[in-house]
Amino acid sequence: MTTTLDPSKDRTPRRTGRPAAPGTLLEADPSHPGMSLADMLAAFGPGDSDSAPAWLKQRRQAARAHAARLGFPTVKDEEWRFTRIAPLLRLPLHPAKPPARRLTGAEIAPFAFGLEGCRLVFVDGHFCAELSSLPAAGGDLQAVSLRAALAGNVPELERHLTRIAGNEAMVFTALNTAFFQDGALVCAAPGKVIAQPVHLLFIATAGEAGAAAHVRNLIVAGARSEMKVLETYVSLSGAPHFTNTVTELVLGAEARVDHCKLQEENPLAIHISAIQAQQDRGSHWTSHSVSTGARLARHQIQTIFRGENAGCILNGLYLVRGEQLADHHTVVDHAQPRCESHEFYHGVLSGRAHGVFNGKIFVRQDAQKTNAKQTNRNLLLSDDAVVDTKPQLEIFADDVKCTHGATVGQIDEEAIFYLRSRGIGLEHARQIMVRAFASDVVERIPLEPVRARLNLMLTERFQDNL
Amino acid sequence: MELLDIRNLSARVEGRPILKNLSLSLKAGEVHAIMGPNGSGKSTLAQVLAGRSEYEVTAGSVLFQGADLLAMKPEERARAGVFLAFQYPVEIPGVNSTSFLRAALNECRKSRGQAELAPIEFLKLVKEKSKILQLDPALLNRPVNEGFSGGEKKRNEIFQMAVLEPTLAILDETDSGLDIDALKAVAGGVNKLRRPDNATLVITHYQRLLNYIVPDFVHVLVDGQIVRSGGKELAFTLEERGYDWISQETAAPAGAHP
Repeated sequence: MTTTLDPSKDRTPRRTGRPAAPGTLLEADPSHPGMSLADMLAAFGPGDSDSAPAWLKQRRQAARAHAARLGFPTVKDEEWRFTRIAPLLRLPLHPAKPPARRLTGAEIAPFAFGLEGCRLVFVDGHFCAELSSLPAAGGDLQAVSLRAALAGNVPELERHLTRIAGNEAMVFTALNTAFFQDGALVCAAPGKVIAQPVHLLFIATAGEAGAAAHVRNLIVAGARSEMKVLETYVSLSGAPHFTNTVTELVLGAEARVDHCKLQEENPLAIHISAIQAQQDRGSHWTSHSVSTGARLARHQIQTIFRGENAGCILNGLYLVRGEQLADHHTVVDHAQPRCESHEFYHGVLSGRAHGVFNGKIFVRQDAQKTNAKQTNRNLLLSDDAVVDTKPQLEIFADDVKCTHGATVGQIDEEAIFYLRSRGIGLEHARQIMVRAFASDVVERIPLEPVRARLNLMLTERFQDNL
Repeated sequence: MELLDIRNLSARVEGRPILKNLSLSLKAGEVHAIMGPNGSGKSTLAQVLAGRSEYEVTAGSVLFQGADLLAMKPEERARAGVFLAFQYPVEIPGVNSTSFLRAALNECRKSRGQAELAPIEFLKLVKEKSKILQLDPALLNRPVNEGFSGGEKKRNEIFQMAVLEPTLAILDETDSGLDIDALKAVAGGVNKLRRPDNATLVITHYQRLLNYIVPDFVHVLVDGQIVRSGGKELAFTLEERGYDWISQETAAPAGAHP
């Protein structure tokens, strides 16, 4: 369960202590020096270059080189100041193997939400055709596994894949480009409204520590098209696995996309994710990022306005307890005039959990009449929970409206007394208040079964802390 | 038997004594008014009866229908039939008024061994009760008290009372901040809810409300003690002569006058 380590290449802050005993779970030993980036590149090999098109091979190679230059971030890196990735680097990281056995429909049913419409299921990063239901080929909606699309030489791929989320963004994005196994390609044809949501379901089943799935999705909404995409990340095993996922989203002129991502992986998992959108004139997307699982979850959500009158709503909810950490880093790049962005991130934290929110807004010199609004609210249910919240506004235009605000607070005891004075028990009253705190964000999610799941989770999850 | 029997009650908040050896009892079917100057302990009495933990009872007892009220949690008091109409009803963003009230009613019904009301039955009840208070039903689709005017908040308190049908209702300065129309609507609602088996304790600074909710007894609270009790005419005397009159009389111990 251990892996070869080269301490000379380690870039994480070092602690002195005894070395990990052979055979023990690295995850459990905080004194372990951890894996270096070179170790990781070695462990993951050259990738699947045989069947990949030449342009992709080239990009993968560039990404490897870029990642090697960057190395893993430390808390000295401004973008990772509050988030130590040591728990990740202590894992014996290796590519997740294709699952040993086939999952049954009953096993995935709890995560399927009873949604109609098409569904793509990935197990440990590998596409599972048997559990998926794809739309008919040649229709308004195209939804296939990325691997199949690469074999079929779909033109959108070369144009967009790895171009929307460039390597510069994050070392993990570069690693994803170098190593991604599979993922989904979802395209809505221009002018078409896709009524049913497209569900991308990612299930981790690996029983051993350090199994890593690199998932890459590309969503292309043609001009004036509309669609909803739901990405769900869950674990069926309790092992500390690693998910590194990147979703690239391209919105044509006046396209509308509703993107919902639920991260519910097991409490030892490490989940690192980037969603990068690129928006043409008049387009609008809403991002819902719900993070309830994983020991360490980092969500990088970025959009750039490439045309005027575009807009986005970035909506997020993190529910963390125990030793969990949930980190949202958003970047909204107002590169064009008359665009609107609204960010709403709410967190509920208990135990020794840690929440991080960093909201960066660029308003470029020409981006007059920009309207950007950002709020981050946190509800602490314990004395030991911690929140780091940081707005970062860089404004180079003069005729703009930008606001931001952050709050960290506890349950309103006046309200609790009011509810109790009407006959509602203390625990129930606290559940009501936690649900109420999250309700703005939950109500924005357009999928009823998802809202119902979240409300249930809000009620049950913090039972012990109420 | 007394419905509510307060005996020699003393209470303090943040170490400061507020109620001092207060005794008061109410029978079913009665309306009692407690009047008194600001800071005399009127609201403290209401909060102590509702069970707010910031108020510490240092002596005395309170029996409600023979049971030890002070030993009960706030929610247990509510389920037993005690209702406090708050002086400052709290706004609770994100909590829908209707679902909150249905949860409250069902908790009360459960504790009385009654079946829970289904949403449809509950809505019927809400419609019927909101008429009594002339309450805009649209308010009930909003979060609890959020964005309500002062008058709407007070009407909402009495509306909740109408739905929960308490045995003992305590109205804490329900008249404060109300214009005359709202005052009439609120008082009318309270009067319609009077029954031979329930009682109302009206706490007010002014006599005005008592024109509309006519009390059987009036008690004057000064410095944490009931210094005088009488019929409804006592309220008129107070209105005419002010609290100073009674404060002066009680401040001077008997026999101290020359």
